[in-house]
Amino acid sequence: MKGMSVIVKTVSSWVKVLIFLFGIYIILFGHLTPGGGFAGGVVLASSYVLLMLAFGREFVEKDLPLALDSKLDCLGAFAFAVIAILGFVFGGTFFVNFLYQKYLPGDPWALVSAGTIPLSNIAIGLKVGASLFLVIFCLSVFRREGADVSE
Amino acid sequence: MAIFYILLLFMIIGAIIAVETRDLLSSVICIGAIGFGASLMFLFLKAPDIAITQIVVEVLGLVILIRATISRDLTFISGDKEFFGTVVSVVIIFMIFLIGARVFEALPDFGAPVFAKAPDAASREYVADGMEKTGAANVVASVILDFRAYDTLGEATVLFTSILGATVILRKRSKKLLEDPDQ
Repeated sequence: MKGMSVIVKTVSSWVKVLIFLFGIYIILFGHLTPGGGFAGGVVLASSYVLLMLAFGREFVEKDLPLALDSKLDCLGAFAFAVIAILGFVFGGTFFVNFLYQKYLPGDPWALVSAGTIPLSNIAIGLKVGASLFLVIFCLSVFRREGADVSE
Repeated sequence: MAIFYILLLFMIIGAIIAVETRDLLSSVICIGAIGFGASLMFLFLKAPDIAITQIVVEVLGLVILIRATISRDLTFISGDKEFFGTVVSVVIIFMIFLIGARVFEALPDFGAPVFAKAPDAASREYVADGMEKTGAANVVASVILDFRAYDTLGEATVLFTSILGATVILRKRSKKLLEDPDQ
């Protein structure tokens, strides 16, 4: 899979930025507008998968190495667990929204509001995006290796 | 209400095509069309969160996943269905339908919330006090990340474990180790 034609490469190199920005928007505004960590993470992953389909696997592996990708995955899961444990430490209950209830009661429609919910959204988005890209990448590697025995 | 029946017809036709076609890629695209119909249905039911997730996962995720992973020469399915298997599945689906018909009587009307029939449902409190108790303007975010964050933690754990297993099984070194156990 060395990539597609010049038209696809040009268009996807422009569109990938917009898709990535849209994913970030969905994650960051998940507590105000429809969306959230899961949907935004899938959008983030799909921007990289678009690059992988258009330019080939080696290009994406240079841009986002697999080691970094799995580290991002673990970081997202770890951050979500840390938020939960911090709720236990500061609020007394696992997963309690301690930031909103004690320290940062923002306006309901502001970007910085709702305490730990935006932070959890970011953690989930990072986790879902990195892991979905990782599994699609691994499946495509496996299919390539399976198809090409001589390599 | 008529739009739901049109969408339902569209989804059923898509499902029949997805089952009956011989080409794997067009079958997957038909499943994407079913997901698109479901997403439109969620949108008309005023559930944009679910609609976004549905369209992103089922349409984009599934089609891109299949496009990126299946190889070009394996897209045609061959082989006929067995008679016995068809009979068994029809009987099982009919029994599920019989049980489900009883359950449907207990459900609220199509599109109505659960607390229309069950006055003490927990969702009434989520909708009424969600914004006040969590500060999130989006009620869905306040439910999945505050009231029911355990569910989200479990979902994240399932995803983490499945991806761990996939990467361990599918990486290059494990294949080499399978072929040559001495290394």
